[in-house]
Amino acid sequence: MALFDQRPAYAHEPTVAPIEHRFSPYSDNGGTILAIAGADFAVIAGDTRQSEGYSIQTRYARKVWQLTDNATLATNGFAADGKNFVKRVKQRLEWYEHAHHKPMGLKAIARMIQTMLYGRRFFPYYVYNILGGIEEDGTGAVYSFDPVGSYEREACRAAGAAQSLVQPFLDNQIYFKNQTPAPGAEAFVPGRLPMATVLGLVVDSFTSATERHIEVGDGLEMYVVMKEGRQTTDLTDEGQLPAGMKVEELGSMGEGRGEKTFLVSMPLKRD
Amino acid sequence: MEYNGGSVVAMIGKDCVAIASDLRLGQQSVGVAMNFEKVFPVNDKLYYGLPGLATDVYTLREQLRFRVNMYRMKEEREITPKTFTHLLSSTLYEKRFGPYFLEPVVAGLTTPTELEPKPKPFISTMDTIGCITTPKDFAVAGTAQDKLYGMAEGLWEPDLEPEDLFETISQTLLNAVDRDALSGWGAIVHVITHDKVITRQLRSRMD
Amino acid sequence: MPVEGPSIGFDFSNYARNQFLGERMNGLPRATSTGTTIVGLKFGGGDTGEEEGICLGADTRATGGPIVADKNCEKIHYLAPHMRCCGAGTAADTEFVTNLISSNLELHAYSQGRPARVVTAMTMLKQYLFRYQGQVGAYLVLGGVDSTGAHLFTIHAHGSTDKLPYVTMGSGSMAAMAVFESSFKQHMTRKDAIDLVARAIRSGIFNDLGSGSNVDVSVITKNGTEMMRNYETPNERGIKSRNYKFRRGTTAWTKESIRSLIVSEEVKMTTGAGKTQDGVLDVPVPIGKGPGGEEGMDVDA
Repeated sequence: MALFDQRPAYAHEPTVAPIEHRFSPYSDNGGTILAIAGADFAVIAGDTRQSEGYSIQTRYARKVWQLTDNATLATNGFAADGKNFVKRVKQRLEWYEHAHHKPMGLKAIARMIQTMLYGRRFFPYYVYNILGGIEEDGTGAVYSFDPVGSYEREACRAAGAAQSLVQPFLDNQIYFKNQTPAPGAEAFVPGRLPMATVLGLVVDSFTSATERHIEVGDGLEMYVVMKEGRQTTDLTDEGQLPAGMKVEELGSMGEGRGEKTFLVSMPLKRD
Repeated sequence: MEYNGGSVVAMIGKDCVAIASDLRLGQQSVGVAMNFEKVFPVNDKLYYGLPGLATDVYTLREQLRFRVNMYRMKEEREITPKTFTHLLSSTLYEKRFGPYFLEPVVAGLTTPTELEPKPKPFISTMDTIGCITTPKDFAVAGTAQDKLYGMAEGLWEPDLEPEDLFETISQTLLNAVDRDALSGWGAIVHVITHDKVITRQLRSRMD
Repeated sequence: MPVEGPSIGFDFSNYARNQFLGERMNGLPRATSTGTTIVGLKFGGGDTGEEEGICLGADTRATGGPIVADKNCEKIHYLAPHMRCCGAGTAADTEFVTNLISSNLELHAYSQGRPARVVTAMTMLKQYLFRYQGQVGAYLVLGGVDSTGAHLFTIHAHGSTDKLPYVTMGSGSMAAMAVFESSFKQHMTRKDAIDLVARAIRSGIFNDLGSGSNVDVSVITKNGTEMMRNYETPNERGIKSRNYKFRRGTTAWTKESIRSLIVSEEVKMTTGAGKTQDGVLDVPVPIGKGPGGEEGMDVDA
């Protein structure tokens, strides 16, 4: 009676596999980044927590980097790769400036990042990049990349640990997805929101992500890149920024066309 | 969980609750049906949603129908949302080492009694083995869980009137399932108030 | 095979199916786990004259993977009037194990005619957990006061136990133990004990990603048990910078059905057995015209 000889499935003995020792070159350091493009500005933001497993490595690690007067890059994923990648991007930008006597345009930086990432196709930088800034035609732009260099220009993008929490929220609030306009009102147009609205949405995206994702928190850094001609007061005026923000104007990095970059920061929950 | 796909969300409003689900039934990445409701009534003011493995949806729904009917006959009264949550929880924990692949969400209003003259709107959710959570704001479950958390955490606010709660829960669900490959294909929303239940079908992306 | 299955104990009927499903799909679903900080310490006693007791503490975060499933859950479970138990590990297991043992302790107290002792609870818990060889994933800190004094135990899922003056468990146990190791003193006052426990939990909340939100504290002495739910709330969410209420009509819908729960009765005047009968004229009598004037009158009286 073969039937009785069979032991039930749950009585299987645990399989003993030989212990393998292998160097693992990657790790995931959590955190989330996000960027939104406006008509003549762009906001590139990231939280400042860096973690591994259940431990916080530091409560302040930079994830967003100013590259030029009109370009800012956010990196997320494996922090060591991110740092090294930004370093090499900056080096290439410097070489470009020496060779051409002008800073590289946003579109060109995006293409350069693609080639740099794809150059490591079989040992990739484990990093999700979002590039934001002002295009040569003066419009705000956001470019998002995957680790091996596939990229796209968009109006907004979230990446990192809480991407799945934040992206649908942005679809709804930036692209007005699933919203029908009031009868008689004109249709929603994405990418035309005022700066105060965009900053409010960024702040709320991060406070929400902090509530529900254990790897997001500690601090928020928002880099605001504004087209030439826009005033500092556009940011510092009453009602432009949510309460509790620290604003710092970052100096010009070279011969730009007068774009301004600001660092707006605030604390997030630390639990 | 990821075999058939599907998501459910519930929210508390001012003297009302809402519960909504998508309508997709799939087999891995292949969509099979767009009329697979995952929210069922227990009585007038108590609904529950069962996102997860479709075969277990049927099994557990029948099991619960049996147990709620037994309760109704023995007690000669309707089951309250709180009691129903515990009934559901024990039913799931019974199968601790061979669980149903379901993450139930319960939403209901308690009829006022002398002992409890002012009951609060009630929602709850549990994991596959019956660990109860009873939030004061919203409960989410299913393959779009993460997305629903992000949406709900951003959109929900306290004391929404039934019509406003409908907008908030609908927007939460639609935008979450649009970013989830395994949920969507239409949605259904129930808003439960003390004097009526409003049920509305929503259209959504078909990809 | 009966339809309802066995009436007690676990039901393994889905096990083989799930194992198969787990191989075919990407893994089995994960249960909510309380990646937790739970602590307990003994205070008072000795020559200080301070009342002897147990102080327990817990954070209030429940997680499912990296997502916060519950921001304010209760991890200090009731066992008996003079006993409490903090739970870490698989949330459902801690909940059901403590409930089961709590019931058995109550029955035990009735049959013996005296309150159950803390060692009894500890023994019941460890024997139950040992039987399931660690599969019931409950990691517990048990504290209470009985006729033999104040006792504090830790119980691991496999059934091993420790009896110590100060203990921590869960993913935040290292952070909390660091606080205890540097500041614990024998025979503390009640107030100092609560402060130290709260500080240990806070250490877990802020330094361990698995722990978060609020501090729950419970103090047990022979004079009673005090449960201080949300003793500290250092992680309240601030107000949102924007308002997300939608205009009514924002969401388009295709079909609507409204089920009215108001029971209404309408009385219709009929003739005969509710049917119009041939040759009989249906004459409704308006109120005010019949006997009794405006008030109307019961004509059958």
